[in-house]
Amino acid sequence: MATELESQLFVFVLATFVGFEVIRRVSPLLHTPLMSLTNAISAISLVGSIIIAGAAKSELSTILGTIAVACSMANVVGGFVITDRMLRMFKRRQPEK
Amino acid sequence: METYFIQATYFAAAVAFILSLKWLSHPITARRGVLVGEIGMALAIVGTLVHHDVISYQWILVGFAVGTAVGLPLAVFMPMTHVPQRTAISHALGALAAALVGTAEYYLHPGELGTFTMTVLSLEVILGYLTFTGSLMAFGKLQDLVPSRPVVYRGQNIVNLSLLGIAVLVGVYLVLDPTRTWLFPVMSALALIFGVLLIIPIGGADMPTVIALLNSYAGLSASMMGFVLDNKLLIIAGALDGSSGFILSVIMCRAMNRSFTNVLFGGFGQVQVSTAQVEQRSVRSASPEEAAEILGSSSSVIVVPGYGMAVAQAQHKVRELYDALSKRGVDVRFAIHPVAGRMPGHMNVLLAEADIPYDRLVEMDEINSEFPRTDVVLVIGANDVVNPAARHDTGSPIYGMPILDVDKARTVMVIKRSMAPGFAGIENELFYLDKTMMLFGDAKGFVGEIVKELAGSRAVA
Repeated sequence: MATELESQLFVFVLATFVGFEVIRRVSPLLHTPLMSLTNAISAISLVGSIIIAGAAKSELSTILGTIAVACSMANVVGGFVITDRMLRMFKRRQPEK
Repeated sequence: METYFIQATYFAAAVAFILSLKWLSHPITARRGVLVGEIGMALAIVGTLVHHDVISYQWILVGFAVGTAVGLPLAVFMPMTHVPQRTAISHALGALAAALVGTAEYYLHPGELGTFTMTVLSLEVILGYLTFTGSLMAFGKLQDLVPSRPVVYRGQNIVNLSLLGIAVLVGVYLVLDPTRTWLFPVMSALALIFGVLLIIPIGGADMPTVIALLNSYAGLSASMMGFVLDNKLLIIAGALDGSSGFILSVIMCRAMNRSFTNVLFGGFGQVQVSTAQVEQRSVRSASPEEAAEILGSSSSVIVVPGYGMAVAQAQHKVRELYDALSKRGVDVRFAIHPVAGRMPGHMNVLLAEADIPYDRLVEMDEINSEFPRTDVVLVIGANDVVNPAARHDTGSPIYGMPILDVDKARTVMVIKRSMAPGFAGIENELFYLDKTMMLFGDAKGFVGEIVKELAGSRAVA
């Protein structure tokens, strides 16, 4: 367990640093799509929700898990779709006609 | 075999998510970023569905269907002016999912969880529930369902902080002795209440910071879920989201020259009745015809959009103005203040929606040196971010906040409904300068009339 905890903390700290480095470079132009994309990505909590909802261990956990699956799924679908919708709108200037 | 497959999909998903954010850094590669993110997500979902713990699929499918039914219309039909609201909803949903998974996990093993697991689980649940209600409140304020003016009362901070303190204390108690199961609902309820109270004193102008902060909390909560379930992909994705939200809120705070504590506990944006009463000074107002004439004969124009433009849905009219002026050879650019609007990057999305090329949208630091060389600045629905008092008036609540130096341009035009002060409740001396012309009216209507005038005079010429 101790080593498990250790590797979890390693992963957390490294991922945070990677996050800082990568996101610092995102142009302020795209801060709104950035927020909706990270939102979609953190909806990976869907993975945890699926395991709770599908494990059928107790009635309560199935109910809570199902709600959690629905919430995360809404963010997965919605987050990626609206991010793409926003990014499609960012266009460069067309060459002078 | 199965474990290897799951691990492989999770590993690929983690790489995909990092690449996805990396590619988002530039508009040219950004859509590729979304695609790779989607692939990563799909892999992770498939990997999870074959997990040996998953024995029943019926409720998962129900959740998928409901989630898609809710999420898809929100993404497809939501107008871009409402993106802040949608973002608040998605923070609420993400945080709720994390909190519910934490709750379910707790009740599957009541009193049996180890100290460390119980600690992260408590963090997950507290962060999750407070972000859930906090984001709902933020949504309510953005949607004007609850008053968007900050609501403050005496001793508010003491009440809020002690509430959070008690919630944390209950969490600590629970960690020390997980068998005291009755503490769990108490902790959850306190977190839910704290989320509401946290947002009540927040004013509209602070929404960008608060939304970014809630984003960070939602991410951290998901990351804590990763600790609880021993799932490294969750830890990584949550940490990415958490650091993203954190960076954005730091940028927002810096753009207002304020600290986190000041945003959360300062009650900025209260109507300051006493200071709002300054002596009556005269302003110069102008008609659409006059404005059109000056704009049409200038050679460089910088437009400064603010939340007022979003409220008036004026972005498409602004685009027509941009077209009309560009056709005459006027150089038109847009100056974007980091906190303009109700969330980070709000103005950029609106203007991009109206088909204004993104290379015309210039950040504050880059454009500030350009104002002295600019003929006309057109301020549409922005107020505090162009108030020169921030530079010199040490008594002003916004003193020290970086602003757009529009007062250095040759002529300043301000489209405004009336002389009412902005969200921070502060008088703006910009309006009283000799070079300033006030264009009173609805942003959409006024810009439309300027465009009409420009088209008319062009026909005559």
